[in-house]
Amino acid sequence: MISAAGLRKAFGPMVVLDGVSLDVPAGQCLALLGPNGAGKTTLLRVLATVTRPTAGRLRIDGVDALRDADAARLRIGMVAHGSYVYEDLTAVENLRFWGAMAGLDTSPERLRERLQAVELDVVADERARTFSSGMKRRLALARVTLGRPRVLLLDEPFTGLDRRGQKWLDEFLLAFKAGGGAVVLATHGFTSALAVADRAIILSGGRLVLDRPAAGLGRDELHRLYDDLIEAPPVGRP
Amino acid sequence: MTAYARRVGIVLWKDLLVERRSKESLNALFFFGLLLLFLFQFSLGPDRARLESALPGMLWLGFVLAGLLGLGRSFLAERENDCWEGLVLTAGDKSAIYLGKLAANVCVMGAVELVILVLFGLFFDVDLGRAAAGLAVILPLGTLGLAAVGTLFAAVTAQVRARELLFPVLLLPVQVPVLLATVSATQVALAGQPLGDAGPWLRLLAGADLVYLIIGLLTFEFVLEG
Repeated sequence: MISAAGLRKAFGPMVVLDGVSLDVPAGQCLALLGPNGAGKTTLLRVLATVTRPTAGRLRIDGVDALRDADAARLRIGMVAHGSYVYEDLTAVENLRFWGAMAGLDTSPERLRERLQAVELDVVADERARTFSSGMKRRLALARVTLGRPRVLLLDEPFTGLDRRGQKWLDEFLLAFKAGGGAVVLATHGFTSALAVADRAIILSGGRLVLDRPAAGLGRDELHRLYDDLIEAPPVGRP
Repeated sequence: MTAYARRVGIVLWKDLLVERRSKESLNALFFFGLLLLFLFQFSLGPDRARLESALPGMLWLGFVLAGLLGLGRSFLAERENDCWEGLVLTAGDKSAIYLGKLAANVCVMGAVELVILVLFGLFFDVDLGRAAAGLAVILPLGTLGLAAVGTLFAAVTAQVRARELLFPVLLLPVQVPVLLATVSATQVALAGQPLGDAGPWLRLLAGADLVYLIIGLLTFEFVLEG
């Protein structure tokens, strides 16, 4: 479903991704771990076709994503740090906007149903400016599920979610995988990652330093591996 | 409705809704226009002949300065919560986003221009009735020219730290043909002469609009994707 080979991204002299290769087959979730500045967000942005890699190959659901980004984007659902929420639009208006931009069904019933799924239906007509970060995250998830993405790319999706929200997201991701979708989940939360992931990879200094099946990998062992493998960021780098 | 037209429409709807709710641009532009009129009134004094020769230039100076403020804020909403990235990720022809943004800018600028125009008529005792037919052609054409490049350059400078400085520096030199044509044509209209007398200027204006619009449509995708 996602097949990346030798992804490299450099901003001037700074190499942020250095030869990252990964495969995420249909029905699998990959947890992407690593310290701040390891390149997790850049890798997600490259996989989402927002950022073009300096070198490497990328296929999304059989499509050469570097050659035909538009075709790949139709298959991708992305929840980034910022959630893509317009502050002066209501929850339902935000969904209508992004749905119409993607050419999806934006009937009032469909929009309400999606908001109900993330428990935002009671604030459907309130402006996003009044929402907490967790509510904005839920709204972003409602936006993603409005379409039928084959690949989900999530950057810290559990941040700001309360226990119910996290449980809902766990269940949603498990159902998404069961439906044949592929998920890449960048997170600092080991417990939440291991709850849904089939594999865990650790990125450090732009390089993959660990790629292990999540089954049988306990939280404590993952912590130990993480501490052993990550290197301190170079001086002057965040 | 085609998918393209639907996307143009939804961007227009979103921008006008955000503007109506925040009223950031409209309020600022209205008071800025009012302030300019006061300044012009005091600086030019009651000399009628001097006033008449300066009026078209002052009117468009007001429109351009108000336009600079409004256009420069075109992508403000997109800078919040990574909405810009969301637009990049939408599949399909990105020029639909440009057209939607342009239409919203023309609507907002048009509303502000109408208010400034009415106040201008009252402040300087100008008979707008006899110039109305001419202005009905010149104003939309001039506004389109300003907004076509303005929307594109607002996108170019949206992610730049010194955008408030860079935006007018980029925009104003490119606007020279539009400004020359609109001021000259407005002079003809305000003098009550037939619009045909401003034919060459109107042709220049229409040509500049067309060129700017085509450049915007062709290049917006590259600007958006950075």
